[in-house]
Amino acid sequence: MSAVATAPAKDLAPKILSRDPGDFEIPKGREEEWRYTPIRKMQDFFIPQSWGSVGALSSPFVEIVGPDDPRLSTTWMPTDRISAIAFAGTKKVVLITIPAEHIVEESIVVNLAGEMLNNYAHIEVQVGKFSRSQIVIIHDSTANVSGSIVTEVGDQAELTLLSVLDAEAPLKQHWNWTTNVGRDSRFLGLSISLGGEVVRIVPSVNYRAPGGSAEMLGAFLLEGDQFQEHRILVNHTEPHCVSNVVYKGALSGQGAHSVWVGDVLVRREAIGIQTYELNRNLLLNDGPRADSVPNLELETGDVVSAGHASATGRFDDEQLFYLQSRGIPESVARQLVVRGFFVDVLNKVHDQSLRENLMERIEMRLGMVTHA
Amino acid sequence: MSKLEIKDLHATVTTDTGDSEILRGVSLTVESGTTSAIMGPNGSGKSTLAYVLAGHPKYTVTSGTVTLDGEDVLGMSVDERARAGLFLAMQYPVEIPGVSVSNFLRTSITALRGEAPKLRTWTKDMKEAMSDLQMDPAFASRNVNEGFSGGEKKRHEILQLGLMEPKIAILDETDSGLDVDALKVVSEGVNRFQQKTNAGVLLITHYTRILKYIKPDVVHVFVDGRIVETGGPELANSLEADGYERFSVAKA
Repeated sequence: MSAVATAPAKDLAPKILSRDPGDFEIPKGREEEWRYTPIRKMQDFFIPQSWGSVGALSSPFVEIVGPDDPRLSTTWMPTDRISAIAFAGTKKVVLITIPAEHIVEESIVVNLAGEMLNNYAHIEVQVGKFSRSQIVIIHDSTANVSGSIVTEVGDQAELTLLSVLDAEAPLKQHWNWTTNVGRDSRFLGLSISLGGEVVRIVPSVNYRAPGGSAEMLGAFLLEGDQFQEHRILVNHTEPHCVSNVVYKGALSGQGAHSVWVGDVLVRREAIGIQTYELNRNLLLNDGPRADSVPNLELETGDVVSAGHASATGRFDDEQLFYLQSRGIPESVARQLVVRGFFVDVLNKVHDQSLRENLMERIEMRLGMVTHA
Repeated sequence: MSKLEIKDLHATVTTDTGDSEILRGVSLTVESGTTSAIMGPNGSGKSTLAYVLAGHPKYTVTSGTVTLDGEDVLGMSVDERARAGLFLAMQYPVEIPGVSVSNFLRTSITALRGEAPKLRTWTKDMKEAMSDLQMDPAFASRNVNEGFSGGEKKRHEILQLGLMEPKIAILDETDSGLDVDALKVVSEGVNRFQQKTNAGVLLITHYTRILKYIKPDVVHVFVDGRIVETGGPELANSLEADGYERFSVAKA
């Protein structure tokens, strides 16, 4: 099953769409989309392997199916070799289905689990029209994974999709996320990424019809010599849609390297849209490096608003001084500043115990836990 | 009774062109229940004195001593100084994004008292203190200093002063950038605090305007990194009339 489509040249959009890994070259590292990635550390991801598959416990709305299940999307196509290999290699698909007009009050929590140390994964989220739900995907923190999350948000549906990736230090994970937003629907994607040796996440948003809204928020944390890349693509092809991308990263330690790329395409026909993207990085000491690359490609000037901002800064000693001068010990002051840095992203996690848990994990990672 | 004693204090700041001495032998004493004003021209080093007393890492003390009730202040970290009873109302308080005023104040009070304040009395205390300074209750949920006007920043500093109840308060140009109405409100806040706690106040200012509302017992004239003259409130009046020129001339 293979289909090859070619997008216009000089464009930030993917050039090849195919389920056949053979349709893609093995990247050499000089390609635009790979130029920041330590691909030598990911060689195994580019060659088909006999890896295990990622599954999850079945529960209401969640089932494990084969990759040939007739309910799965037939139109979704990988946009790079790595995800084509992952889809060809996985024997399981985690299928999450929210029926039309269904309002699910409780968060649907999906704990992913790999069969082996190395795994392929495929997750498909089908959200029916007029439904409302919150899905929390907890990634396997003890496995290497290469996979995709494909999400279809039906007309006028509301979906919050929270991904928590807290891989143990030596692990590698690569994820391709594709979200298709329906007419007048609202999608909130929240990506919390706290660890792993090499983590690369490539989220993209497409609009199926006018009036859709996509908010993509991310909080990431790197320490030691970890690498994380968040490469976001928002493809505005429909009029009167909204996109808002906010990613915040905190980095500490010698050799930590983060990459944030935010590509926003606004097509000629996407009139009256609003788009904004922001990346802020906080360097907690002298060692880390943060690359931040916002790109906005406008084919029409007939938009409501379009903007981007990016800033990387050191931990502000004046903030510490101010807080300490009010009697607050340095460790608590640092905690306050880091919490404050992430608060606008983490406040979107409505489940309070989960939000506290995530904040504590961040503080623990930064060696900042001082209170009992 | 508390006593802040500064003896022959010298301090330098490191710049791109090397170390330069900003404080050149400052000696003064502030006691409970008294108000001392430090007045001086721009660049005289009076704000540096405030920062050095609070322990700002930018400055290095090269000689001299500072004690609070006999305890060595210079050996304390910034937060230890605050817990020992020193407070600095800053001229340019920094923004802390994502940290609300109420969270900040509660964290500070908890650190200063060694235990969290009781929720019910705390909420009441904070509301009262804010209403005394004619601050909107919604202020508590804003982020610390973020988007505050000049007047709001100063009210916020004095709000902290009233809640934290230090033994010695240093006010660094709290009057600058305030209109007359805000100046009155802020000055009343300082006076209320001092009447309630009998604290010592060290008031650093460029103008004499604030001295109409906060009456100093002692006025020090600060020029070129040291105190060049000390007198009573009448000294401030002569500065109002003649400015700082005669001190600069004397130096030359």
